[in-house]
Amino acid sequence: MSVRKTELAIVGAGPAGICAALEAASHGVKTTVIDRGEELGGQLIKQTHKFFGWHKKSAGTRGILIAKKLSEDVRNSENITVLNSTEALGYYDDGTLLVETPQGIDRVIGDRMIVATGASERMILFPGNDLPGVYGAGAVQTLMNAHGVRPGQSVLMIGSGNIGLIVSYQLLQAGVRVEAVVEAMPTIGGYAVHASKIRRLGVPILTRHTIKEAYGKDQVEGAIIWELDDSWNGIPGTEKDLKVDVICLAVGLSPLAELLWQCGAEMAYIPELGGFVPLYDENMETTRKGVFVAGDVAGIEEASTAMAAGRLAGLSAARSLGKVPDDEYAKLKAEILAELEGLRSGPASAKIRSGLAKMREMLQAVQAKELAGGEPRPQGVRGERDCAGSNSEEAVGA
Amino acid sequence: MNTLLTTGVPSAQDIAGVTPPDERRKRGPYATIECFQPIPCDPCHHSCRFGAIQEFEDINDIPKIDWSKCTGCAVCVAACPGLAIFVVDETYGEEECLIAIPYEFVPLPEKGQPVRLTDRAGIVVGDGTVQRVVSGRKPAGTSVVWVSAPKRLATVVRGFIPRKED
Ligand SMILES: Cc1cc2nc3c(=O)[nH]c(=O)nc-3n(C[C@H](O)[C@H](O)[C@H](O)COP(=O)(O)OP(=O)(O)OC[C@H]3O[C@@H](n4cnc5c(N)ncnc54)[C@H](O)[C@@H]3O)c2cc1C
Ligand code: SF4
Ligand code: SF4
Repeated sequence: MSVRKTELAIVGAGPAGICAALEAASHGVKTTVIDRGEELGGQLIKQTHKFFGWHKKSAGTRGILIAKKLSEDVRNSENITVLNSTEALGYYDDGTLLVETPQGIDRVIGDRMIVATGASERMILFPGNDLPGVYGAGAVQTLMNAHGVRPGQSVLMIGSGNIGLIVSYQLLQAGVRVEAVVEAMPTIGGYAVHASKIRRLGVPILTRHTIKEAYGKDQVEGAIIWELDDSWNGIPGTEKDLKVDVICLAVGLSPLAELLWQCGAEMAYIPELGGFVPLYDENMETTRKGVFVAGDVAGIEEASTAMAAGRLAGLSAARSLGKVPDDEYAKLKAEILAELEGLRSGPASAKIRSGLAKMREMLQAVQAKELAGGEPRPQGVRGERDCAGSNSEEAVGA
Repeated sequence: MNTLLTTGVPSAQDIAGVTPPDERRKRGPYATIECFQPIPCDPCHHSCRFGAIQEFEDINDIPKIDWSKCTGCAVCVAACPGLAIFVVDETYGEEECLIAIPYEFVPLPEKGQPVRLTDRAGIVVGDGTVQRVVSGRKPAGTSVVWVSAPKRLATVVRGFIPRKED
């Protein structure tokens, strides 16, 4: 087993991890990026639709093209080493990451670490949900957009968030019928423009509806859907039988936070952010000094916010390694924070804002307890109690 | 309740709010921006060379159009990631209007191809013909397909299904 030493180890090469790496590398930090995928880009690789967001920040560009551009930049940076097809299996107290490369198990030791592992898809329970033909939306996207394979002939989509709406559109583009999108909530979860786009193509979007059961002998042959009453119970007599061979679940994402649990970073359950998320400060640093986070693992959001947060995490890690002068740091940080605030300022981000506010309160409570002489928090990545330049008083909202 | 958020189909009021006054409709092609919800998005403004789509103060603003500046060039139709913008020309002919529709399916239809015209719910409402196809920038741009439609359907038709020649 070999040991790789690096100044900064980044786990996850989605938009958050890549932007963190590019930012840190631009300040001269020797950075190692680890991703279990073969290609860099995370979720972006699957996304053939045009992105929203700021014009100047590649809105209107397709996710897959953003991924290409970012991976090129990574390849052109001499400070970045990429370990692809490599999974981070565990984190040890002395700051060692155990990774599985195609060649075997290795250790990576970073002076600092950024966790940008993204999120995993949620499932829901219903009779027949173990039949072949029931897929997560991510799996369907991977089949179609990364491998060019159609999942089936006709699909029932569960969930009308942006993912459910966008994957429905991509299915239609691939020539697959989408029988309906069902949504348990009284209103559509994703952007209205995405909903209108598939509605125009004749796909009914049924709010206050859910799946009752899937049926079929060896695989999905159909699904029964029904309407829900005000207490979320199915209303007998409203059942509809849809002949579909694929049921696609797009019912939400949960942060992939195992490594953060292992590091002993303070975690909290914040439904608005997608489940258990790390508490982190304005520098994207967790309560475990020297361990930073960015992207969906810190709260389910968007590629646009993941990229900005990733840059901030990379910048903060570089600064805590003593590579960024204070005035430059303050200037760059203010720019990124302003960008994040702009992206999160609209009504569509109300949930995120309230989740982040809760997270900050909890962080302050933890910090106050610590100041009052509570339990000492876990030591830094390499055992340092306080990393150079990091400043725990700089908490978010403080 | 707002039909847009329960079904995906904007209400008649929503549509009235993004349709220019009659005298403007009689003057030539105009863009109609069917984007009713504040979302963090602004490429439409940047795409318009004529300054017809006002600058956003906040990225979440709903786009506002100045129809006196709009030439109906349809550049914004291809630029909008929400496929929410259409151009309508009600001065195209005696009986017919012309509608520019963003299109992301293959194969692209060809000029002269007959199509079934569909409304905002995907329901077939009439027959039309493809008059012009502006294919999207490679590798992944949105194409714009101009279809002719009966004039009375100018505010109704927002999609089409290519017809196989039979
Ligand atoms: C259908 C769909 C449409 C979307 N549309 C938009 C949009 O229009 N605009 C927008 O801004 N956002 C959009 N998003 C959201 C956006 O894709 C995500 O928010 C974004 O990708 C999150 O970035 P990330 O870097 O945090 O995580 P990810 O992109 O998920 O990347 C995480 C990476 O970490 C790797 N990883 C995880 N665990 C490990 C481990 N233990 N070891 C090694 N590697 C690991 C994974 O392989 C992955 O590559 C969309 C998402 C979906 C699914
Ligand atoms: S049609 Fe042309 S002129 Fe009119 S708003 Fe769109 S881009 Fe501007
Ligand atoms: S580009 Fe399209 S989706 Fe984005 S704000 Fe403009 S009209 Fe709305």
